Amino acid sequence: MVEFMLPPNSRIKPGKTFPAPEGATNVRTFKIYRWDPEEGGNPRMDTFMVDMDTCGPMVLDALIKIKNEIDPTLTFRRSCREGICGSCSMNIDTNNTLACLKPIADIKGDVVITPLPHLPVVKDLVPDLTHIYAQYASIEPWLKSDTPPPPNAERLQSPEERAVLDGMWECILCFCCTTSCPSYWWNGDRYLGPAVLMQAARWVFDSRDEAAGERLDQLDDPFRLFRCHTIMNCTATCPKGLNPGRAIGQLKIKMFQRAG
Amino acid sequence: MSLETSLRSALGRARGLGSAKEGAASHWMAERLPAIALVPLALWFVFVAVIPNLGASHAEIVAFMGSPFNATLMLLTVLCGFYHGMLGLIVILEDYIQAHTARNIAVFATKLYAALGAALAAVSILKLSVGG
Repeated sequence: MVEFMLPPNSRIKPGKTFPAPEGATNVRTFKIYRWDPEEGGNPRMDTFMVDMDTCGPMVLDALIKIKNEIDPTLTFRRSCREGICGSCSMNIDTNNTLACLKPIADIKGDVVITPLPHLPVVKDLVPDLTHIYAQYASIEPWLKSDTPPPPNAERLQSPEERAVLDGMWECILCFCCTTSCPSYWWNGDRYLGPAVLMQAARWVFDSRDEAAGERLDQLDDPFRLFRCHTIMNCTATCPKGLNPGRAIGQLKIKMFQRAG
Repeated sequence: MSLETSLRSALGRARGLGSAKEGAASHWMAERLPAIALVPLALWFVFVAVIPNLGASHAEIVAFMGSPFNATLMLLTVLCGFYHGMLGLIVILEDYIQAHTARNIAVFATKLYAALGAALAAVSILKLSVGG
């Protein structure tokens, strides 16, 4: 049956508390999920009091400050710190988002940070994305065309045809949407999830691609595409303001168009 | 997902048994079309068939169902209701029951229930309408 409770070894226990340095006046509290495979045991919530007078404005700034100055074992992914690499996706204040784009000032009360939901945890805030990456590979996200490209030239596309891809190519594959989707939580082994489906749409709708039929064949399945129940958590949570729910809807319409 | 216990490649797991290629779009449509039909049918059922007939005698109900128009609408309401209910319930069972055997048993039981319920209701309506 569906699991409404975390398994006993995943339930979160209280952890350590790291007080703010003496004399700090502008202090915010960060509660951060910690789990180390080498220690084992249950995950815990550590509490870090951070002096905001010496901290940057974004949640990622606070995480880096904690790692640099308070606890160097705190583990998280980050790279570009400007919302283009998609590495620092995590659940902050109950929403999946990018730590680098989330201002601490937007959060009321304690800043609670956990990994992206419903994925195996590698360590602390690092989830295992292997299956999602494999699902992305399974839709073969590259141009497929039997017609050779014009000699010494690129494949042409009109500005209108190119505009169809707007709102889909900008996806940075942070998987905030996929891991916010209840359908993906329950049936992620077979349902592809919003991020991968939006990339499937991105290739189905590309005027240069000649494999739309083949791509739709791959999605003609009770789980892969049609497990989307238009819950729309994906669109609500996207830190880039994209609309995977709309892309999935357009894929469904393409399915109907070719059926009759 | 107990994915980490298997030594299969990640891509092999993601591809799984492949696409069913089984008309998922038509299933989606088959669930929605009776849903649209049920909007007027349910209004008719509540405001024409049920509320005016509250406290009616058996003979009055027989007279009401004796009208081919009423009998037809009642039959459509029942058939659309069971069909739409069955498809919707199956989607919910597929969402929430992870174990394959339990899922298949639950889906089969739902189909059986819908078929029996729809047939029983249809025969009852026809009996009232035609047989008196």
